[in-house]
Amino acid sequence: MLTFTLRRLLIAVPTLLASAIVIFALLQLAPGDPMANVPLTVPPEVKQRMREALGLGEPVHIQFWKWLVQFFWIEPQVLIDNIFGTGFADGKLRVLSWQTRSPVMDIVVQRLPQTLWVVGTSYLVGIVIALPIGIYSAYRQYSVFDQAGTFVSMVGYSVPTFFTGVLLIVIFSVNMPRESFFWFPSIYDTTHKVTDWSSFGFQVRQMFLPVMVLALYNAAQISRFMRASMLDNLNQDYVRTARAKGLGESIVVMVHVLRNSLIPVVTVIALGVPQVFGGAIITEQVFKVNGLGHLLIGAIEANDLPMVQTLTFIFAVLIVLFNLIADVLYGILDPRIRYD
Amino acid sequence: MTLRSVLLGAAALSALAPAAMAERGSDGHVNIIYWQAPSVLNPYMSGGTKDIESSSMILEPLGRFDETGALVPFLAKEIPTVENGGVSEDLTSITWVLKEGLLWSDGSPVTSEDVLFTYEYCTAEEFGCAQGAKFDSVSTVEALDELTVKVTFKAPTPNPYLPFMGGQSPIIQKAQFAECLGAAASTCTEANFNPIGTGPFVVDEFKPNDVISMSANPNYRDPAKPAFATVTFKGGGDAAAAGRAVLETGEFDYAWNLQLAPEVIAEMEKGGKGQTVVGFGTLVERIEMNLTDPSSDLSPDVRSTREAPHPFLSDLNVRKALSMAIDREILVEIGYGEAGRATCNLVPAPALYASPNTDCLVQDLEGAKALLDEAGWVDTNGNGIRDKDGVEMEVLFQTSTNAVRQNFQDAIKAWWEMIGLSVELRNVSGSVFFGGDAGSPDTFQKFYADAEMYANNFDGTDPQAYLAQYRCDNEPQPDNQWQGENINRYCDPEYDALLDELAATGELEKRGEIAIKLNEMLTKESYTIVPLVDRGRVSAHSNTLGGVVLNTWDSELWNVADWYRIKE
Repeated sequence: MLTFTLRRLLIAVPTLLASAIVIFALLQLAPGDPMANVPLTVPPEVKQRMREALGLGEPVHIQFWKWLVQFFWIEPQVLIDNIFGTGFADGKLRVLSWQTRSPVMDIVVQRLPQTLWVVGTSYLVGIVIALPIGIYSAYRQYSVFDQAGTFVSMVGYSVPTFFTGVLLIVIFSVNMPRESFFWFPSIYDTTHKVTDWSSFGFQVRQMFLPVMVLALYNAAQISRFMRASMLDNLNQDYVRTARAKGLGESIVVMVHVLRNSLIPVVTVIALGVPQVFGGAIITEQVFKVNGLGHLLIGAIEANDLPMVQTLTFIFAVLIVLFNLIADVLYGILDPRIRYD
Repeated sequence: MTLRSVLLGAAALSALAPAAMAERGSDGHVNIIYWQAPSVLNPYMSGGTKDIESSSMILEPLGRFDETGALVPFLAKEIPTVENGGVSEDLTSITWVLKEGLLWSDGSPVTSEDVLFTYEYCTAEEFGCAQGAKFDSVSTVEALDELTVKVTFKAPTPNPYLPFMGGQSPIIQKAQFAECLGAAASTCTEANFNPIGTGPFVVDEFKPNDVISMSANPNYRDPAKPAFATVTFKGGGDAAAAGRAVLETGEFDYAWNLQLAPEVIAEMEKGGKGQTVVGFGTLVERIEMNLTDPSSDLSPDVRSTREAPHPFLSDLNVRKALSMAIDREILVEIGYGEAGRATCNLVPAPALYASPNTDCLVQDLEGAKALLDEAGWVDTNGNGIRDKDGVEMEVLFQTSTNAVRQNFQDAIKAWWEMIGLSVELRNVSGSVFFGGDAGSPDTFQKFYADAEMYANNFDGTDPQAYLAQYRCDNEPQPDNQWQGENINRYCDPEYDALLDELAATGELEKRGEIAIKLNEMLTKESYTIVPLVDRGRVSAHSNTLGGVVLNTWDSELWNVADWYRIKE
């Protein structure tokens, strides 16, 4: 298992380098200009000087090399400096956003907590809702509960979040009276700090709508996997054997069947984790949660190439990493699977 | 929201203002939402409106434009003019005197050195100052004493109110930015995100592209202002959500620039939590006619340059007929409602510079057809499209991707087809269309189409630089990497001579006359530019927020120090 992990990690290096080149090339080829949002009242000569100040005049391969050095050499030094209080990166040029002219990684660090809170919570809520529904739907296949669950998950899966998000805003923010307990804010207050119980209560309230929108989507996906996996196992011989031994239904289902059925579901859950870091682009936009998805979409609109490049590359790293984790988990959970 | 309610609001404001003179910070908290989020709080770093307006709460210029376009002193004691001796008789210099006793928010005094430094900062090599145009005409800036600054221009400048005037060129603190000159500017993140200013508020926390938390400036020059102790300035999302947050849910007090369909705004106003305010400036939605041939058969060095005149749009009668076919009132109705006015002028305001021309306001389809017949453009081959000498009148009409613009395109296509043209529509993503990528065939500067539609305006109240865009040779062409501003490739020696006369004239009345003539040469005399709609700005504020005076000549937040909470 260790050699397998090491081998996979080594293969990841060229994979990531290739994806960095592809991302960079795509961004270079894409039409657009970081000065497009500057008002037309600013004369073209001034815009040209601004472009040069961003480093746009340099040849493409030098731009890419600069980014590589900044991302893989200078940014880790900044990280070390921050942890140990050293001064390796002093005076070195970091990856700078074109919009804010400030280091990209500082903004990423600032945005990450919101994404982890909102999208992470919704992922957990989604899992907590999905597993019991999946289990019970499979156990009572074609029952009313199963049919209802299938319907709800189909709705959750197929209705886009920009629709459910706005629908919930209309119901719970616009039409609900402000005094009501069921009124929830439609705009996430990103300056809010949790200091006591009442501020925690507000935090829960403002997270409620975005978390519910995303949880519905996640739960729909995971519950279908859970149900399918349970159905596969329920008809197996070992289940019949367990029942023949006289074990109770709850032990048969919750211990024998569930444990075996969870193996593929755990993999699916692990593969979904990079999405948590990637943020929910649309939902974050709808509720103005200042997470990474919100950051990415803003950077794309503004043609802020260093920011888009860095963010998409971080997502690529996470996807490669969690694919590996899923594979390793598979091996740990199922002793029948060995990679060596 | 009508002009009447705006006026009523203004009247109510002036009645309430004395009563509202409370102490600083007595009205608690105010929430502002801009659907474009500020990226940096230094207007010299970014030309974006969102950045200029958000930083205008913190940084201030020597003087601003008020809601009528008049000049108001802010950090300056008074506005220098020729009459009071502040502007030299030969129009080559302007001398500003700062108010006495001004303090930065950190408590240090504001001096003429700071003003001088602001000039040095923006003009430093390798900086790429976004407001460079404000300082291009300046030859020197000198600090005469603690409070006096003299700006000398390279040539006589009838409008000397460019540097240090308006939201685009506020004064920054020398002590804070001293290490940030030239290429070092982008290493000063702390200063760019937390500028020390003289404005009513100071930054407590800035999250780029998201939110600014501000509190009242303890050293603000008026001890009774601002009424609000703290501000949350939220950015991001879309105009609809911002409007909803003020007008329907009441979560925010002020929403900027609601570019929404009129019926959407009307529906939101039924929420009863707030009201919209409308102000008109100089923003005009127009169709630009290409006087040169955009045909792809031509070589890239000739295509859409003055070497190749347009096969039919170079005919004045054709351009005039295309303008006559348009019903501007209907366009206003479908696109802007209260926030638009039909116009025939490129320069719709201020009144001094606005031509009384209203010729184009009435649609005349029959007249347009007759005009084309007369000019010899008739359908000779029976394919339903007018032609002459083998040239078919096929128009490619482009604009940026935007719901209102696509509605306009549809309507205009229908009218142009009614008078016998064939029209093909095209829309290009705004970030490409308005981006100046010389390699892209889709930019508005390259103009690989016969007609195109967009909106433009000018900074401040003086249209000289704006009208000078249409000077001969200032057109985008291969030689200047397609970066010119004379989009139509208009070239008239008479126009250029008149421009020179404008640049040498100081007397306001006379300047007005010349500017009106220039505007008419481009519009009703040549139909090079076909103005459609004078676009107003719609913003919304909650019913409990008082003191809002919408200003399209400067930052919308220009008088945020005077805002207060209406007590019930």
